[in-house]
Amino acid sequence: MTHTKRLNRLYAILIFIFLYAPIAVLILFSFNDSNSTGVFTGFSLKWYRELLSDEATFTALKNTLILAVSSSLIATLIGTAAAVGINKMKNKYLVGAVNTMTNIPMMNPDIVTGISLMLLFVFVGALVNSQNSLNFWTVLIAHITFNLPYVILNVLPKLRSMDRHLPEAALDLGCTPLQSFFKVELPAIMPGVISGLIMAFTLSLDDFVISYFTVGNGFETLPIRIYSMTKKRVTPDMYALSTFIFIAILALLLLSNFVGDRDQAKKNGTKAARKGGKR
Amino acid sequence: MKKKSLLGQAAAAPHVVWSVLFIIAPLLFVAYYALTDADGNFTFKNFGALFTAEYLEIFLRSACFAFLATAICLVIAYPVAYFISKTSPKTQKLLIVLVMLPQWMNFLIRTYSWMAILEDTGIINTVLGWVGLGPVHMINTAGAVILGMVYNFLPYMILPIYTSLSKLDPRYVEASADLGCNAFGTLLHVILPLSRSGIISGVTMVFVPSISTFYISQKLGGGNFDLIGDTIERQFMSAYNYNLGAAISFVLMILIIVSMTVMNRFGEEEGSVVT
Amino acid sequence: MKLKKLFLPLFLLLLLTAVLLTLSSCGGEKKEKVVLNVYNWGEYISDGSEGTLDVNRMFEEYYLETYGVEMTVNYTTYASNEDLYAKLKSGATGYDIIIPSDYMIQRMANEGMLEKLNYANIPNYRHIADYCKGLRYDPNEEYTVAYTYGMVGIIYNTKIVDEEDVGGWDLLWNEKYKGQILQFNNSRDAFGTAMYSLDINVNTRDIAEWKEALSMLVKQKPLIQSYVMDEVYNKMERGEAAIAPYYAGDYLSMVENNEDLAFYYPQNEKGETVTNIFVDAMCIPKGCGNKEAAERYINFLLSEEPAVAIAEYIYYASPNSLVYNNEGYRETLGEDMEMLYPDIDFEAVYGEYSYENLDIATLQAVNDLWEQLKIDSSTLGNGVYIACAVLLVLLVAWAVFSYVMKLRRRRYYW
Repeated sequence: MTHTKRLNRLYAILIFIFLYAPIAVLILFSFNDSNSTGVFTGFSLKWYRELLSDEATFTALKNTLILAVSSSLIATLIGTAAAVGINKMKNKYLVGAVNTMTNIPMMNPDIVTGISLMLLFVFVGALVNSQNSLNFWTVLIAHITFNLPYVILNVLPKLRSMDRHLPEAALDLGCTPLQSFFKVELPAIMPGVISGLIMAFTLSLDDFVISYFTVGNGFETLPIRIYSMTKKRVTPDMYALSTFIFIAILALLLLSNFVGDRDQAKKNGTKAARKGGKR
Repeated sequence: MKKKSLLGQAAAAPHVVWSVLFIIAPLLFVAYYALTDADGNFTFKNFGALFTAEYLEIFLRSACFAFLATAICLVIAYPVAYFISKTSPKTQKLLIVLVMLPQWMNFLIRTYSWMAILEDTGIINTVLGWVGLGPVHMINTAGAVILGMVYNFLPYMILPIYTSLSKLDPRYVEASADLGCNAFGTLLHVILPLSRSGIISGVTMVFVPSISTFYISQKLGGGNFDLIGDTIERQFMSAYNYNLGAAISFVLMILIIVSMTVMNRFGEEEGSVVT
Repeated sequence: MKLKKLFLPLFLLLLLTAVLLTLSSCGGEKKEKVVLNVYNWGEYISDGSEGTLDVNRMFEEYYLETYGVEMTVNYTTYASNEDLYAKLKSGATGYDIIIPSDYMIQRMANEGMLEKLNYANIPNYRHIADYCKGLRYDPNEEYTVAYTYGMVGIIYNTKIVDEEDVGGWDLLWNEKYKGQILQFNNSRDAFGTAMYSLDINVNTRDIAEWKEALSMLVKQKPLIQSYVMDEVYNKMERGEAAIAPYYAGDYLSMVENNEDLAFYYPQNEKGETVTNIFVDAMCIPKGCGNKEAAERYINFLLSEEPAVAIAEYIYYASPNSLVYNNEGYRETLGEDMEMLYPDIDFEAVYGEYSYENLDIATLQAVNDLWEQLKIDSSTLGNGVYIACAVLLVLLVAWAVFSYVMKLRRRRYYW
């Protein structure tokens, strides 16, 4: 048993090395002495210094975060509700139709989604005679739209595998449908909701093509800024920024894990004490 | 009861309205372009232009790449998801975010990094050189493109499988063991079917986007061969041919819908083996 | 429910950071304000990084001092001419200044997407060198003010490439360097290299001539390591590839990281330079909100201090005589001056070899030819298809097996 366990762990470590190999390269080049992201010429912190004085990059980072957080939260809200609704649908063809419609943003290459949404927004803008038909709201709508299928695809399996008798039991015990949803169903599908949220956030954070076409003037996201650099070269300050974000999130994660650990320990402690008292 | 189920279905209403406004409506623009020529006259010739050996090959090639990438993702992801679901709840949370975290870094930069790793003068070959092994050519091959796809879509396979495995009642596994099933049998007849819907979600989220991806093939494949996403992008951007571009993406969409329907059928069939 | 504990704080923290950053960035009282939306390539203006001049902030100060009106320059970037065109063509408005390349300017002007400039508001236009005025894309000097220009040449690694093979476009077809040659990953530039070596006019409408160029590219394909755009920097600096056609200014940035690199402008047998010159020029698109302010911005960029800063930052050639004659600039560039401003008959080379906007029919035909080159999979092999087929067979076999098992089980139960 311990043998398989060790094998399992080894496998997981290998996969994580695979996932983090490019990140290691990225971190390495953020410390490069020259402006190259191809050859490492020497250690230097100059790109971090560069970054600190770069107002435009921080604005872009801020925009990206606002967009990713708000679009993923809204998409998770709409998507979770949608999954609950779809799960209750009895008509097979209706379910098929809704699912297919949901998945369309995933099927089209980004460029098709981006351009068609842009055409729609500009068209509607022209109808209402708006000066700036593209703005923050249009790019937000676009992000929510391509996030939705991922949320739904994460929540639906959880709903399907949930014991159908659970909410019924809750109803029988006098819960209102809403209470039964929040007290019984939601906790059961929470891992799916969280997965959906993480995916939506990730997709939104890293989207370039769709953002580019649906965004208005004056609002630049980080991916747009980085891709635009490709006329010349992508400089290591972007690597420095990525490294900085990476380290910050990692630290936060480990910290919250550690804090959670202590809470848990405390709780377990009191539980044990109570148990002990009873005995 | 009927009223209640209607009420429940109404939860999907905001999504349906949203989809009609922002998925179906823009699709009408795509349909308009696909069915007109450059002067706006109605025509089918955009679709007619696709019935050539070249387009057939490129559709087939993209489907093959996506299919292989999906299969590899599934094989790699399942044990990882299973491993994660077996750790303590707190570690699970941590690991799930750690699986996704690399994707929060910019895609372009990550792709550059892969090039730095895989190239003939790259990191792997440098290390191999130190231990006296000849350079292994990796970049600009089909393998490199598939690796890029697997890398970028792997988390989208791990997460849904993990969520369907987490909170899986361990009593099922115990029961199966008690009834004389070996570990493999338990996996095949109990765990796998119970995570079926997670697998279907994961396969959808990997296969569908990877068939239309266009950046990975250009950078890791050295631009030596096109995938369908590259072709569509080029029609829109270099040839200013929205009409043909729209037609190709429509055909692609229909192909994906058909294959997803087949897969879902297949998935359901599989399910009925157990129930 | 427990999972929420971890993510909610994480999200709230992110949201809080975002809000704080917003609060810190604004917070001035409301005055009369002019906003100018400048839309440019990335890394294409001196923006204060690495100790350079921040031209946009400088313009804002200058504007307030000169006109007594507060000015905000809203500066955003795009990645390619085609991206810019697609966006503006859709009818999205709100941009006041754009800086596309020559062939795209010609296209936009033809389609009525540009405003005519009032050169009276741009007195500094007189500093633009004559050879950069009235070029093909704007023959009557109506729409544009040249911003920067550059030329394509061939970058090679002196450690690998023999000096005797160097000189013309044929280096890109030299079998000796098989697998070490890079080619442009866009149809116009790649066809350009073939057409220069075949002595075909790059702006021809004759599809037969394009086909001739295609056969050159097909011949070249086995020699090519990869078709690249921005990856060229890393590949050349690392020594992954030995030969690549790219721009002079970018070569100068690569050679800083790999001193084995060298560069030349290809010549034909007669010793004439045969290569593409591109000019990027400032224009005002239709729908500009404040044309006068936009013209003042253009004028400001032409004045000596910002123009020099921009030229030193971008490191392409500047058409501005104030820059060219600036002592500090010449000193900074040193030997690079010769590289960026080669001794050629600019107008002749530009007129003969630069890209003109092609009509849609030709463009689509060219794109189809390019597609043929890219669809061809001789370098790909059949491994992918075989693996796919094997997997598919396995999958079908499993499906059939399960189905049979199911039938048997059913019989057993009933």
